[in-house]
Amino acid sequence: MKRNLKKERSPIERADNAPTLSTWIVKILLLGILDALALFSVFVLLQAGDYILMAVVIAVTLALNWIYLRRGSLPAKYLAPGLVFMAIFQIFVVIYSGYVAFTNYGTSHNSTKEDALHAMMLNGQTRVPEAPVYGLSVLVDEEETLHFLATLSDETTDARVFVGSEDEPLAEVFEYELNTRGIANSTPGYQTLSFAELVQRQDELLAMKVFLTDEIDSNFLMTPDGSQAVVFQPRLEYDAERDTITRISDGKVFFDVGEGIFTAADGEVIRPGWREFVGFDNFIRAITNEGIRQPLFYVLTWNFAFAILSVLSTFIVGLALALMLNDPKIRGQKFYRAAMILPYAFPAFLSAFVFQALYNQEYGWINNILLGGADIPWLNDIWWSKLAILLLNLWLGFPYMFLITTGALQSIPEELTESAKIDGASAWQVLMQVKLPMLMVTVAPLLIASFAFNFNNFAVIYLLTRGGPTDFDAEIPVGYTDILLSMVYKIAFSTGEGRDFGLASAFSILIFFIIATVSYFSFRRTKTLEDVN
Amino acid sequence: MTGKTEIRNINQRKVPFRIWFKRVGWKHLVTWGVIAYAVFPLLYVFSGSLNVGGTLTGSNALFQNLGIQNYIDLFNDPYRPFAYWFRNTVVISIAASVGSVFLSALAAYAFSRLRFAGRRAGLLTLILVQMFPQLLGLVAIYALLVVIGDIFPILGIGSMLGLIMVYMGGALGVNTYLMYGFFNTIPKELDEAATIDGAGHAQIFFGIILRLSAPILAVIALLSFIATSSDFVLASIILTQPETQTLAVGLYQYVSDKFSQNWTVFAAGAVLAAIPVIVLFVFLQRFIVSGLTGGAVKG
Repeated sequence: MKRNLKKERSPIERADNAPTLSTWIVKILLLGILDALALFSVFVLLQAGDYILMAVVIAVTLALNWIYLRRGSLPAKYLAPGLVFMAIFQIFVVIYSGYVAFTNYGTSHNSTKEDALHAMMLNGQTRVPEAPVYGLSVLVDEEETLHFLATLSDETTDARVFVGSEDEPLAEVFEYELNTRGIANSTPGYQTLSFAELVQRQDELLAMKVFLTDEIDSNFLMTPDGSQAVVFQPRLEYDAERDTITRISDGKVFFDVGEGIFTAADGEVIRPGWREFVGFDNFIRAITNEGIRQPLFYVLTWNFAFAILSVLSTFIVGLALALMLNDPKIRGQKFYRAAMILPYAFPAFLSAFVFQALYNQEYGWINNILLGGADIPWLNDIWWSKLAILLLNLWLGFPYMFLITTGALQSIPEELTESAKIDGASAWQVLMQVKLPMLMVTVAPLLIASFAFNFNNFAVIYLLTRGGPTDFDAEIPVGYTDILLSMVYKIAFSTGEGRDFGLASAFSILIFFIIATVSYFSFRRTKTLEDVN
Repeated sequence: MTGKTEIRNINQRKVPFRIWFKRVGWKHLVTWGVIAYAVFPLLYVFSGSLNVGGTLTGSNALFQNLGIQNYIDLFNDPYRPFAYWFRNTVVISIAASVGSVFLSALAAYAFSRLRFAGRRAGLLTLILVQMFPQLLGLVAIYALLVVIGDIFPILGIGSMLGLIMVYMGGALGVNTYLMYGFFNTIPKELDEAATIDGAGHAQIFFGIILRLSAPILAVIALLSFIATSSDFVLASIILTQPETQTLAVGLYQYVSDKFSQNWTVFAAGAVLAAIPVIVLFVFLQRFIVSGLTGGAVKG
């Protein structure tokens, strides 16, 4: 095998001339920048405790250095940059979406369980009645982060002094200076805030919570005025061993039932939740929940109808025009072609906006001028909006079909049609039995590609109707003209309703399989594969 | 050529109008109808952009109250920084298209000039991968940029650089395949001669391959520029601040907010946004037409 490869080598590989000095300088410079960035991110990741990502960064960086510093391995040198980007932003993201589909990731489940617990504990609090009140000074460290310097004293004992911030629980310090009221006001390593600075940062100060210990449901200090600190207690109590949360006011117990949110026996939940692997839940929800299944069904139907009708309508109009104009007796062809290509040259997103104006029910040109004052709800009715979308897409797409069919028609040898005519075929027969079959050979793969493109033609749908009219019975943000991709976008990124990344990704997987099926059949038809082999 | 047309002209004049119309004339009529359909929306938006003080209703009569006030208003709206959008779109699209053409060219060079295990599989993978749009990973792209943004804020959500990176992730694909085909047409004897003169692989790549294929690389870069500049989805989830947004995302705000009142100013923006693309398109027309029949996809 090895010998075989060697034989095949190209002149470039055989010669393997030594790189010049300037090549080396550029190489070292670029690698240096890369390594510096990598080193920086390793430190950040180390601090964040994200060891998996850190290992990946180290491995990729080492591999890149190895590839570029050694001699040989030319293919890797040329493929690596593109592959790295493709691996991250095309392959990884699709696979990762596949993973997200099996989680409950979304607005109310967007972090780890630990973060969620912290947020819960901070969400509500009550003052601890018998707890002592601390004397307080406010400090900042080198990074200008606020710290509490809290003094605990009573008549009988010596004062005890503590320092703590939002991120670090209180810790006792033994070097400090007391002011006249017997409250510590400075300690080495920190700067005491002046009154003016305090006023400037008062919002931040009043919201600050400093935990007494590093337990998750620890009591914490808050200050009402910057000179005293009061002990508060979270409304919830966390039992780490049993992994339950108890609400202190009524003693109700909430359990982690594996759905990424603490749930009581009667179904009450405490927000926020956290990201959790939920298996096929998203898929099961999409199938069993009427408020999702119903929309999914009509979205799928419309998605296919839209893609097929778009291809058919543009193809038929384009082909008709091409047949009509493919006639040397017609003058001014160049001009006609240039004028008809214009919609194709106009950016698609702008076309959607312009048509939105034309379709406007009250003021739009189509209702007011073209139809003489009609009142057609172009964008507000289930069926009219579908027609509106198809008409826009016809406008956008027929020039393309006109171009490709013209090209294909011109490559059909004239003798063929001539001999058919001599044999007594009518114009219609020549078209259906000679021209069309010949045409399809070149055009069919492009039609399939056009179908695949339109299947995910987000811009035409979303920018014209935003998927509307909205379906208010559905449990997800969806409208009657949505296609799968625009539905995914709305579920994942619409504001207002909660973002549900898990469900959105589950639908992405569905699109993935539909495209895979279409590609499989188109590959079997086209000769692309054979060309490569 | 000219002579022929003239002869045909004379012939046509002799034919009575009725027969001429039946044979050819109706085709002209239909074609003019189609051209009206094709061109009207463009005329409509152009006329709207010149309609001073008009609204959507006022713009239904074409070319009334002509003036350039809308263009002036367009650049003086602090909440909708059109100049920024324009600049951002140009910067992002140029960076992304030049970047991805370069990455593609590197890979195409390897596929065309080097022999290695997995070369055929690699070419197949390129064709396969580009069938699946990046948009399928929409959610993951967002999540990934949130994570990256924690480490390098300059590459995270809200950053143009982050968006450029995402676009470059889609670089290897149909473009690589096109370039691979073109590089194959550059004679290998040139490499051989260069190696004998002592040129390294990098010198051959930059000095011979890139130089000889500069025109086609430019065309591919311009096509990718057009495609990138009209992307809405990725730009809308990644760019969060008005000052960093692109035309597609920014102009969308006009549409979602009191569209009929803002129509004429929006139209001015649309005209300015469309002009560069249309100019590029007309300029590239013959490449695009041949590229289309070669298998590129749009519409």
